[in-house]
Amino acid sequence: MESKIFNLSLPLKITVALVTSFWCLIAVFPLLWVLVMSIKLPVDSFASNPLEVIFGPATKLQVGGLSIINLLVIGVMVYVLYKIYQLRFRFLSIVTHAIKFPVISFFINLLAFILIVYVGLIIIQPLLSESLNAFFSTNPVLHLIAKPVIGFTSQHYEAVWVENEFYKQFFNTIIVTSGVLTISLTVGTLAGYGLARTNSMMAFWLLIAALVFRALPHTVLVTGYLEPFINYGLYGKRTAVIIILVAINQPFTIWMMRSFFMNIPQDLDEAAQIDGCNPFQAFWKVIMPLMWPGVITTGLFSFLLAYNDYLVASLLLDGQSQTMVPAIIQYFNMETKMTDLVEAIAAAASITAPLFLLVMFFQKQIISGLTTGAVKG
Amino acid sequence: MMVFFIAIPLLTVVLQSFQFKQELLETREREKCDPFGCETEIVTIPVLDENGNTIKQNQWVGFQNYKNLLKFNEVQEAFSTIGEGWVDIRNIDFYKALRFTITFTFITLPFILFLGLVLALCVNALLQSLRGPVIFMTLLPFIITPVIGSLSIKWLFIGDGILTVFLEWIQQKDISVFSNGWSVELLMMFYRVWHATPFAFVIFYAALQTVDKEKIEAAIVDGANKFQRLRFIIIPHIMPLIVFVTLIHLMDAYRVFDEIIGFDAAAHRISLQWLTYNFLMMDQGGNRFIGRASATSILTMIGIVIILIPVLRKTWKDQKEKKI
Repeated sequence: MESKIFNLSLPLKITVALVTSFWCLIAVFPLLWVLVMSIKLPVDSFASNPLEVIFGPATKLQVGGLSIINLLVIGVMVYVLYKIYQLRFRFLSIVTHAIKFPVISFFINLLAFILIVYVGLIIIQPLLSESLNAFFSTNPVLHLIAKPVIGFTSQHYEAVWVENEFYKQFFNTIIVTSGVLTISLTVGTLAGYGLARTNSMMAFWLLIAALVFRALPHTVLVTGYLEPFINYGLYGKRTAVIIILVAINQPFTIWMMRSFFMNIPQDLDEAAQIDGCNPFQAFWKVIMPLMWPGVITTGLFSFLLAYNDYLVASLLLDGQSQTMVPAIIQYFNMETKMTDLVEAIAAAASITAPLFLLVMFFQKQIISGLTTGAVKG
Repeated sequence: MMVFFIAIPLLTVVLQSFQFKQELLETREREKCDPFGCETEIVTIPVLDENGNTIKQNQWVGFQNYKNLLKFNEVQEAFSTIGEGWVDIRNIDFYKALRFTITFTFITLPFILFLGLVLALCVNALLQSLRGPVIFMTLLPFIITPVIGSLSIKWLFIGDGILTVFLEWIQQKDISVFSNGWSVELLMMFYRVWHATPFAFVIFYAALQTVDKEKIEAAIVDGANKFQRLRFIIIPHIMPLIVFVTLIHLMDAYRVFDEIIGFDAAAHRISLQWLTYNFLMMDQGGNRFIGRASATSILTMIGIVIILIPVLRKTWKDQKEKKI
């Protein structure tokens, strides 16, 4: 591709730069705007002047805000955290080779990183900013940079998580998601392995069937399951949602796992068997260690499906056992006060945060997953 | 040893077939629910199997559910002298949903393919160091919860939202985006393009990495300009992937549902899946129209199979050729 890059003429270069930056703006802007709105009082969030939304004069007056120092400290913090993250990633790749179960160590790492972010941004950052603010505000020349510039309030987040007990929905989401992940990954791995190692016509038809099932609208499945669920008292239980989501997810998981297994040469199985493994050992000790990237990628997409689901959960669950996404929609249906709206926005932002982390950590896996599916599909 | 080699795959295939049998089983279940919403109408229930023929037969026999949905009489009326033709038909829920779903699916498709390709080409021409962050930002709309994504776009256009204000400023008049059917529809399409383009982008981008460099150099030597290179080398190279993206997009867009919730658009535009959903939700009387929902589901399913037939036939042909 090198030759192509150097051959680009100036107008074309400008077009490329423009298109890319314009796209980035479109891609990020709505999300960024939601974030900005969520930290302002309703008066500012829904002000008609965009500058007022960004700087939030009312919020600044009533609650307080961030000074230039705060912003600087936050910026430095984010940079340091990003560096830690990079180091950790390299450290992680060492660990994955050292330990046989990289998934577990990976999640330990993930948790550790989240903890570091939390300590860094929630505990150290305010302390540091406050002391710096106090220091500079006494200085006659520099006190300007210690003055609040941008209105900021975290009260909506507090309202959502503490008063409205959003953490309950959070736990529900975790339960549903992890249930779906475990079941569909186990079945998907086994079935994918089986399908990748046969050439029979039957396997082919199963794959085609899986493709068709992937195309099924999700409501079709819900319709089928609803009657038995109501009859057997599963309605309103999280298990019901897990069952349906697994059923929806399974064709996709099997396809993806199969393409990953296809990349592992069959000779490896045979070599292991010659060395005296029984087929199960061959599968577990030789093939599986090579499969972890595939498992992680497939798991990611299963996670997304379960986490993002609105349809199934809203049909089958209610009240206390509801997951996060339908709960937000219920916010809108409940009341129409401005404060409620901003709280819903804050809730939406909190739902997005884990996904944001996910992209950050797993960007490579997501891309490899998308392309593996594509090449074989 | 051979036994084991066959046994493991067989075992997993059996496991898997069990998985699918579940799904097949409930297709049968669905047939059973059919008479549910119409106890008064039909007393004898024909025994149904999973055969596609019987489903079709249902339609012809004219089960009340299907009748309620399709409203043949009203369609006839609409086309006779009394009615106003298409305008009337659009007011029937099912046709309304069908119309929206189909237009939605096929209008967004070219946009996504084109935008994805353009973006992939652009990013491919970027400096190496810039690519990572750009891809990161691009992935965000793809990975975000669809309902939240559409909400966040809705908030830009709501009442005094920033973009509404901007549009009003340009046109110098009051605009309310969410009171017109067509503008909501447009917005939903925009959202879908926003949401699905990253997917197309990532796949095309990965494919661009594998374009044969020598071919391009040869083309340059032969005096091909950029567009010729694009047209005759790059496009053929990624053609299979264009088909793949199309396939996935058809499947996903046909299921359009989250947008309607996110944009709260049910009053203006509904999709097939939303129709089923609505039948399944409890109404004020605590009833669920499971029968009607099943009928819609089956019709929806038939729709997606019709859309997918060309692709499936192609796969089948490929497989046959491989065998030979």
